[in-house]
Amino acid sequence: MSWTRTILRVDLTNGTCAPEPLNMGWAMKYLGQRGLATKYFVEETDPKVDPLSPDNKMIMATGPLTGTCASTAGRYSVITKGALTGAIACSNSGGFFGNEMKNAGYDMIIFEGRAPNPVYLLIQNDDARLLDASEFWGKSVWDTEEGIKAKHQDPLIRVASIGVSGEKGCKFACVVNDMHRAAGRSGVGTVMGSKNLKAVAIRGTLGVAVDDAPRFLAAADAGKKVLADNAVTGQGLPTFGTQVLMNVINETGALPTRNSREVQFDGAKDISAEAMAEKRVSDGKANLITNAACFACTIACGRVSAIERTHYTVAERPQYQVASGGLEYEAAWALGAATGVNDLDALTFANFICNEQGMDPISLGATVGAAMELFESGAIGTAETGGIELRFGSAEALTQVTELVGLGEGFGVDVGLGSKRLCEKYGNPDLSMTVKGQEFPAYDPRGIQGMGLTYATANRGACHLRSYTVASEILGVPEKTDPLTTDGKAALVKAFQDATAAVDSSGLCVFTTFAWTLDDIAPQIDAACEGSWSTDTLLEVGERIWTLERQYNLDAGFTGKDDSLPKRLLKDAAKTGPAKGLVNGLDKMLPEYYQLRGWTADGVPTNETLQRVAL
Amino acid sequence: MRITVKLYALLGRYLPPGSKDNQTELEVDDGTTPAAVMRRLALPPEQCHLVLINGLYVPPGERDRQALADGDALAIWPPVAGG
Repeated sequence: MSWTRTILRVDLTNGTCAPEPLNMGWAMKYLGQRGLATKYFVEETDPKVDPLSPDNKMIMATGPLTGTCASTAGRYSVITKGALTGAIACSNSGGFFGNEMKNAGYDMIIFEGRAPNPVYLLIQNDDARLLDASEFWGKSVWDTEEGIKAKHQDPLIRVASIGVSGEKGCKFACVVNDMHRAAGRSGVGTVMGSKNLKAVAIRGTLGVAVDDAPRFLAAADAGKKVLADNAVTGQGLPTFGTQVLMNVINETGALPTRNSREVQFDGAKDISAEAMAEKRVSDGKANLITNAACFACTIACGRVSAIERTHYTVAERPQYQVASGGLEYEAAWALGAATGVNDLDALTFANFICNEQGMDPISLGATVGAAMELFESGAIGTAETGGIELRFGSAEALTQVTELVGLGEGFGVDVGLGSKRLCEKYGNPDLSMTVKGQEFPAYDPRGIQGMGLTYATANRGACHLRSYTVASEILGVPEKTDPLTTDGKAALVKAFQDATAAVDSSGLCVFTTFAWTLDDIAPQIDAACEGSWSTDTLLEVGERIWTLERQYNLDAGFTGKDDSLPKRLLKDAAKTGPAKGLVNGLDKMLPEYYQLRGWTADGVPTNETLQRVAL
Repeated sequence: MRITVKLYALLGRYLPPGSKDNQTELEVDDGTTPAAVMRRLALPPEQCHLVLINGLYVPPGERDRQALADGDALAIWPPVAGG
């Protein structure tokens, strides 16, 4: 305990589902979720596999604390070789689906092969079956989830599914659960679609057992008190959500704007948390309706929003005149600042479509931004866009293209390639703001130097959630560092990467770490699970996981040369704000980072390092 | 001299009535510090977590020492985070 000690192996090619025991030796070395599933994935697949081949596997994995009453303990991850990147992919989601998987008795589900026809997996505790999904194929995430619940006459079934974008091969398709929570990045939904797997529907009622219940309850309660007493997790995140960062990052001159041509967006104020909370003159209502929590979460940072009913996006479409998943910071940045669009309701609508059709809004918005620059530079025209005037700042162009990508139609097919492939196709690879094929998120590495190293070295491609040095460089958590210097950033990035890998393997949400350190997390794992789990153990596990992912990527064909950034960030200085005149100093940070990791100058872990981390 | 004061998140309520886009302009004496502006606007010190002058961080120990200049933008947030 608190593992269920059971895996469900689903052979899509042959239509079979079979439980098997969890490898507890691996669980003791890799904990769960991101780490443990990556271990299984690395052991079972050829690193050279085509991500869309039946030989690629996809794993849905919980952590040992998933399904317990620890705060935020509802997380699960999807691990595979990313369709967008060709690198190891691990996308993490909240909501309620992970809890349901654990309560059905499974630590993870391994999908292999490809179904001859569309199917969905239905799990009701130990009864797991693949069922014909032809009635759901071609339907959105929202219709699929509602349809499955209605078909089985059980509103408590939890569903994770793909939308039409994932069926049609959009490279940044998500797996969406609970209508608007997503395993969002790297194209894990694309892989799911390639397997003809439309959805996974679970009802679990078995409960989750912990090792030492009284000690666990005490540790979980202590953790909740820390979250409640902390100003960020107790007040800031529930009230304003992640979107409160929009004005912060703009003010600090690190908001990538118009495909990173600029670092500050004059429309930031119009798409911020403060704007979401402001009542409109027209109807007296605000975009933001309320906050929302995932399973067991005592922070509740989620946003629920509604679009003004007369807005052009919904005026004639009553199905979107509803309360639904609102803008989080990353989505608002990508759909807004990256495209130069400051129409809050248009961004909210695009976000709804991302949830409805299962698309990563970061990759979508960043790719639309790149497409806008291609259009304005003349590399593409209305012949390519199907008549759309794809100019920076055009809300209509943004929402039109978003819907086309969601349905895999027209110019949406091109945008669905992602920024890297799109810019290569039209002869301007340098306009793609990506690392290892993945669009980077909402922090410009010229204004936050550590994020340059974070993006360059992230194993799943550019990502903020692998080492969120913004916490230190901008927000002062756990201690303030200077965002404009490269000094000390190699060690900072490594520390964040290792700790985050452990948190991502526990079943907890990484947002707890605005208040918790591993010293708060380790006692909860130690009480819930067999084995001995301390802060030091978790850091060892985190470094092991990081190195395992790195080794996989090297075996897949990546090299140290892929630990780089787009030329724009290395050559074109920021034009305004505190970082004016600065480029990112990756060349100053990367060699020190390799040294701290125990890797060669080419970025390859040495034999001594592999032995030290027990790989 | 004149400065721009920007108060975000829960601090927005401390802006003078009629302020737009979470900011207002203030006429202040030469040598005015961020701490003096916070006192003038009755901002709770414990809620002034992130203090920036023209986007640059002002550490807590510098907030009653660093002088503002004409045309500066002073931006303040309570404890916030995201990602």
